[in-house]
Amino acid sequence: MRVTVTVNDSPVAADVEDRTLLVHFLRDVAGLTATNVGCDTSSCGACTVLLNGQSVKSCTVLAAQADGSEVVTVEGLAADHGDMHPVQRAFQAEHGLQCGFCTPGMVMASVSLLAENPSPTEGEVRTALEGNLCRCTGYHNIVRAVLAAASERRTS
Amino acid sequence: MSILGTRVVRIEDPRLLTTGGVYVDDLRVPELAQAARATFVRSPIAHALITGIDASVARGAPGVVAVLTAADLDDLAPPPPDDGSNTGTEGAPLPLGGHWAEPLLAVDRVRFVGEPVAMVITDDRYQGEDAAELVSVDYEPLPAVVGPEAAIAAESLLFPAAGTNVAVTSGAPADAAAFDGCEVVVERTISNQRLAPVPMEGRAAAAHWADGKLTLWVSTQNAQIARFVLAGALGLDPGSIRVVAPDVGGGFGAKIAVDRDALLVAWAAKHTGTPLRWAETRSENLLAMTHGRAQRHVIKIGGTRAGRILAYRLEIVQDTGAYPRMGGFLPFLTSLMAAGPYDIGKVETAYRVVVTNTAPISAYRGAGRPEATAAIERAVDLFAAEIGMDPGEVRRINLVPPDKFPYSSPCGAVYDTGAYVEALDKVLAGGGYQELRAEQARRRERGDVLQLGIGLASYVEITAADAAGGETARLDLHEDGTVTVYTGSSAHGQGHHTAWAMLVQAELGIDMANVTVVHGDTDLIPLGVGTYASRSLQLGGVAVQRAAADVREQGRRVAAAMLEASESDLELNTERGIWQVRGDPEASKTWAQVAEHAGTDGLTASVNYTDGQPTFPFGTHLAVTEVDVETGKAKLVRHVAVDDAGTVLNPVLAEGQRHGGIAQGVAQALLEEMVYDTDGNPVTGTLVDYAIITAAELPSFELLQSETPATINPLGAKGIGEAGTIGATPATQNSIIDAVSHLGVRHIDMPATPERVWAAINEARYSR
Repeated sequence: MRVTVTVNDSPVAADVEDRTLLVHFLRDVAGLTATNVGCDTSSCGACTVLLNGQSVKSCTVLAAQADGSEVVTVEGLAADHGDMHPVQRAFQAEHGLQCGFCTPGMVMASVSLLAENPSPTEGEVRTALEGNLCRCTGYHNIVRAVLAAASERRTS
Repeated sequence: MSILGTRVVRIEDPRLLTTGGVYVDDLRVPELAQAARATFVRSPIAHALITGIDASVARGAPGVVAVLTAADLDDLAPPPPDDGSNTGTEGAPLPLGGHWAEPLLAVDRVRFVGEPVAMVITDDRYQGEDAAELVSVDYEPLPAVVGPEAAIAAESLLFPAAGTNVAVTSGAPADAAAFDGCEVVVERTISNQRLAPVPMEGRAAAAHWADGKLTLWVSTQNAQIARFVLAGALGLDPGSIRVVAPDVGGGFGAKIAVDRDALLVAWAAKHTGTPLRWAETRSENLLAMTHGRAQRHVIKIGGTRAGRILAYRLEIVQDTGAYPRMGGFLPFLTSLMAAGPYDIGKVETAYRVVVTNTAPISAYRGAGRPEATAAIERAVDLFAAEIGMDPGEVRRINLVPPDKFPYSSPCGAVYDTGAYVEALDKVLAGGGYQELRAEQARRRERGDVLQLGIGLASYVEITAADAAGGETARLDLHEDGTVTVYTGSSAHGQGHHTAWAMLVQAELGIDMANVTVVHGDTDLIPLGVGTYASRSLQLGGVAVQRAAADVREQGRRVAAAMLEASESDLELNTERGIWQVRGDPEASKTWAQVAEHAGTDGLTASVNYTDGQPTFPFGTHLAVTEVDVETGKAKLVRHVAVDDAGTVLNPVLAEGQRHGGIAQGVAQALLEEMVYDTDGNPVTGTLVDYAIITAAELPSFELLQSETPATINPLGAKGIGEAGTIGATPATQNSIIDAVSHLGVRHIDMPATPERVWAAINEARYSR
């Protein structure tokens, strides 16, 4: 079937199998490989993207369901002139990533969290990121990064 | 001021954060433009004879390029004849050959669920999943061997020609007199359960064969060792193979070298002439990547009522899964570190390695040392409970005192430097131990539902155990004054690029922004060992530092000639990165000028640093848990740790390593276990069933600092990569048991699930 998705402000159209997952549409059709597949049970959140502004696990959405929608991946987060998004900057400043594989999903989940709750407590951050697994950081610095990004947004 | 020891954020991160990096499955290189997909047909049965494979239907399915089975491997040289011997040795992580050899594709027998039986090559990934289901394999089931008892009972044999399921036996029989003179002796059988490593990126490989050259891109911790293994498996000259490790999404020991699955991808690309990609699913990963731990321990500890430990015995059964990929190496390391950080007069160890119809066991963060620490730390707590002494006090009495270093342990390890008692005291003070005990007493007095548990674990571990293998570095200083470092070490999250650039800046005064670090490509770096065993900084880092020092002296000679000064009058201003003549600040040359003058063969140095020796990091962890005595649910509420890994190069990176290790250690104590049923069926085969710990189940960690330099390398560095799992696992386990010890509970096996904790409370209640 024909699917058209606006990905990071650019329309991407293709004929795909009905069963094509959004994550494979992003990776194989749109050629945006930052969004990773970390499991096959919607458990790990590595594939988290924003679909019409809401965070979704793109391994659990069919490309067909995203037809006509807007998707933002981590590639679309930085400003046009290249400056990183405050959440990306905070992840670097607080050492919130190591191997980097969970990071695109973790960053997108964090962006979504801060859109819904601009001043989360540590406990709220931890609960909100429960669906995103990281095997490297023990979450310690991810949580600090999200809190730092929230704090920066309040003061700027 | 030197940049070394300061907090520097990673230079790797902007690329990873904005582009997502380039992991194997992200590669869009020209060689893979037309690549087909490889999908494995895996055994659904733990133990069976293969009586037939019919791939005819699959071969006709849409998009199928080829279906390959063991019969197609006839273009490989046959494995060496079975001479009945083991080829592995105890102290080296080598797979056993002879009777115990592991095939690439299963030939006539499968030995674990997930074992590769056939490969399907298709145009795209979805077609591969479809076609793999159409390959019909006839199995004649055999009785499955699951767990050490079944292996030893030998009612069913995995390798009939071996005549036994016991692949390796080591150690002396128990000395009946060893515990003479002990006023108290405690003995217990405990389990160190099987874990799945679960790097967030599973195994992945891509391969291309053209013009007699094989290129394998593979998610590995060491491209060079992978090339060595690949050359052996495929019978190729290593010079005709290029192995590339692009960005690697975590390894934790399970991506050392290269698995049979990735070897098969390389072989199939050559065999079919089709470039191939393979990236396993998470369910495949949980079944067929190696697992870790899987030891059963019998611990026996004895001493005086005044708290002095006099004797300790550890008997290990290592479940090595279906194939002894590491030989006897893991229990060898466990035995080497069995005595822990304690000065105990008599320590005995013995082990057996048994095969079972489960996924093969290999290294997992700590690889034998967390098991040693878990055993002795449980033993010390059991001993403390038996004599009614505070577990912190028992540790203080028995820790190796500071005046005994270097300390030769009765197990044969020589602990280089340490301040073990100091580490314990720092944690007790930093954690507010006395106040925690007072709060625990109040909750016990009140009979609270949420009881407080306080768990300690003191440890010493061995890092760079294979230091003699060394590590390589090459440093080129270019005519524009920038530097490229080629390292044999291999980053997969640790921050090598930042650390190596810091070393160059410190040595040469060239800003780390002008340092490029290259790793994981055997065409560029033919010699290297890679990253495991917490070896990188103390070997690879020293190699980089030495290469930089060599280039600095080359620069001195060139600059002296340019400035017509004597070499001894030249000094490198490391703040500005310029050469100056002492006493004449006007006479100076930049690195770019020096490099340009030196010409194309100019400033370069290659180092293969092999003078290293193993180092012995140490520390103490304190875990505080709350245990609901009605439901058995345990939650970690605080974790306080001292991890002394010698001189720290970059605290940001060192802390990150500690955080990650602590989380994995806590997870072993609380949640994780790879479970098989009695027929060898995995029952935790997805991330729904296998419980990776989440942010919501952990507190922030309280890290205390301690730096006791190593004396056997110029950086003073020991390894930090595995400390977290070594210290946090037993601290958390001890904490949970401590929370309910007043109810009569003395031990709960890991993972301390609510069911197990609840059962232990009730068993203690009704047996009183």
